Amino acid sequence: MGYLGGFLVTFRQHGRKNRVTTQYSGGRLFKRKKRNAKSMDEKIYKPERLHGRHVLNRYEDGMEKCIGCELCAAVCPAKCIHVRGADNDPDNPTSPGERFGWIYEINYLRCIHCDLCVEACPTEAITETKLFEFSFTNRKDAIYTKNELLVGDDGKPRHLPWEDWRPGEDQHTSAWMRATAAAGDASFVGVVSWAGERGYGVRPAEATQAQADASEAASPEAEAEAEVKH
Amino acid sequence: MVRIAAHPMLDPSLEGGMLWAPLIIVILKVLVVFVVGLVATMLMVWFERKVIAGMQNRIGPNKAGPFGLLQTLADGIKLFFKEDLLPRRSDRFVFALAPFLSFVPAFLSFAIIPLGGDFRDGNDGIVTWFGVQTRIQLADPHIGVLFALAISSIAVYGIMLAGWSSGSKYPLLGSVRASAQMVSYEAALGLSLACVILASGTLSTSGIVAAQATLTDWNVIATGVVPFVIFLIAATAELNRPPFDLVEAEQELVGGFNTEYSSIRFALFYLAEFMNTVTMSAMIVTLFFGGPQPVSFRGVTLDIPFVPNALEGTVWLLAKVLVFLYIYVWFRATLPRLRYDQLMDLGWKVLIPGSLAWFMLLAAQRLARNEGWNVFVTTAAAVMALGVCYVLLQAAFTVSNDTREREGVQF
Repeated sequence: MGYLGGFLVTFRQHGRKNRVTTQYSGGRLFKRKKRNAKSMDEKIYKPERLHGRHVLNRYEDGMEKCIGCELCAAVCPAKCIHVRGADNDPDNPTSPGERFGWIYEINYLRCIHCDLCVEACPTEAITETKLFEFSFTNRKDAIYTKNELLVGDDGKPRHLPWEDWRPGEDQHTSAWMRATAAAGDASFVGVVSWAGERGYGVRPAEATQAQADASEAASPEAEAEAEVKH
Repeated sequence: MVRIAAHPMLDPSLEGGMLWAPLIIVILKVLVVFVVGLVATMLMVWFERKVIAGMQNRIGPNKAGPFGLLQTLADGIKLFFKEDLLPRRSDRFVFALAPFLSFVPAFLSFAIIPLGGDFRDGNDGIVTWFGVQTRIQLADPHIGVLFALAISSIAVYGIMLAGWSSGSKYPLLGSVRASAQMVSYEAALGLSLACVILASGTLSTSGIVAAQATLTDWNVIATGVVPFVIFLIAATAELNRPPFDLVEAEQELVGGFNTEYSSIRFALFYLAEFMNTVTMSAMIVTLFFGGPQPVSFRGVTLDIPFVPNALEGTVWLLAKVLVFLYIYVWFRATLPRLRYDQLMDLGWKVLIPGSLAWFMLLAAQRLARNEGWNVFVTTAAAVMALGVCYVLLQAAFTVSNDTREREGVQF
């Protein structure tokens, strides 16, 4: 039918039951523990390297990893990161070394979640979580400061009221999210290339490309399970 | 063919002495039409977003109210509280006036649509309220259809002045496109309308509805489907809806004529656009599909039980209008936007000659029937004459194309 065939395509599409997009209430049903929350408000599986909101990590001894070098701010294509370093107090240092990140702000109205800051960071201080389900209602909330970004004493990110965290999701926070990890570069396969951190210690290396391909071929559920084990 | 006699003047308070009942009825009707118009627009926005989401494999609005029905209300409230910007280089008065120039005509043309009434079995759709005879229609001027055309032309001013007064180049380009497009397609719109007027023998909308008693009398069939198709296409262009939405082509013109508008003024444009869609669907139904007439074929009438005939007309109208609203959304989901020269080619080289030719054909047949000539011979003669015209037209196109190529014009 040529030109008119398109009408049939759209019409058929309209009748379809299985949509790619699913219902999601922004976590409201889940919070209220509604009966149909399971079907209406369940988060779907997220790919292993999904880029969500950032966290600032700490070493196992509680020191901050950020050294205030501003490389993340320099590399950021959206110019959404604002960092100012300051000299450490020799008696009571915030981070090992000379300087620490005194001000650290990310504007999530501008952030495009490209992960270049994570790539640039020399100390693996900034990494991304898989959380993207957050919507603030004013511009002040959109600017995450150190207060919001820094992980707590248990090594887990802060739960802000407008973010929809589910049990177990705060496990999916740090180093293994990096794009330069094992499966990306053959010389790093099976090598742990990041420092230990608070709450997690040293994490196991990322799966090799072969393993990643195998789990890709399997069902998404199996993949999700493999991820939980990670 | 039903001949409609000139009907008696209704709602006499508008003519001579002061009578209370007609006055109250008129005020009531104005109120109802206004409220129905606003609510219809609100629901149309929701309907469009929901249907187009379905066609694009999405869910669409589903948070505010049941099925997301209140989403439009939420959007409207949001727009009310947004900052009302006034560009420094704008013409202040015209800039403020333009949204109303586009909003008011949208409602005005809704006034002449018969919204119900019993038109079957030769009834003329007149109902009696408070002992006064009236129609379920805000106004029924003798020149009804012409009024609709005039109003839809005035709506262009809103868009044109909005772009012109913004003091910015993209809105200006948008408004230039709008005026050119509207002028081009108005001719096709009017010519296809002429076929309907020829078939019905009246300009009044209620008269046109009354003339479409059975399925075969419906103007879509009585005039041969061509005028309807032309009217549908021209109306889509007139409404600036996809695939003819060059006026607000985001990829080329930022937002088109309304780029500089924000807050409630933008909301008025938005409202007018959707209101116009509803009105134009109702217009198509009135002109071609019998308006509030039930489906009736060979003496068998589909009747909705337990509903009085006058109310049933409203139900029928609503059902028919819904079909066309769906078609408009379907257009939007399916068709890519036309290029500007394609738009002009379609308007001037296809639709206007096509509608003119069809009108001449119908006129020839009507003349033959009135004068007692042989209908087939007359039709054949007319077709031959039109064939000659077609060849001449094509020759003109060819010559003009050659000239353009010789002069090195690219399009």
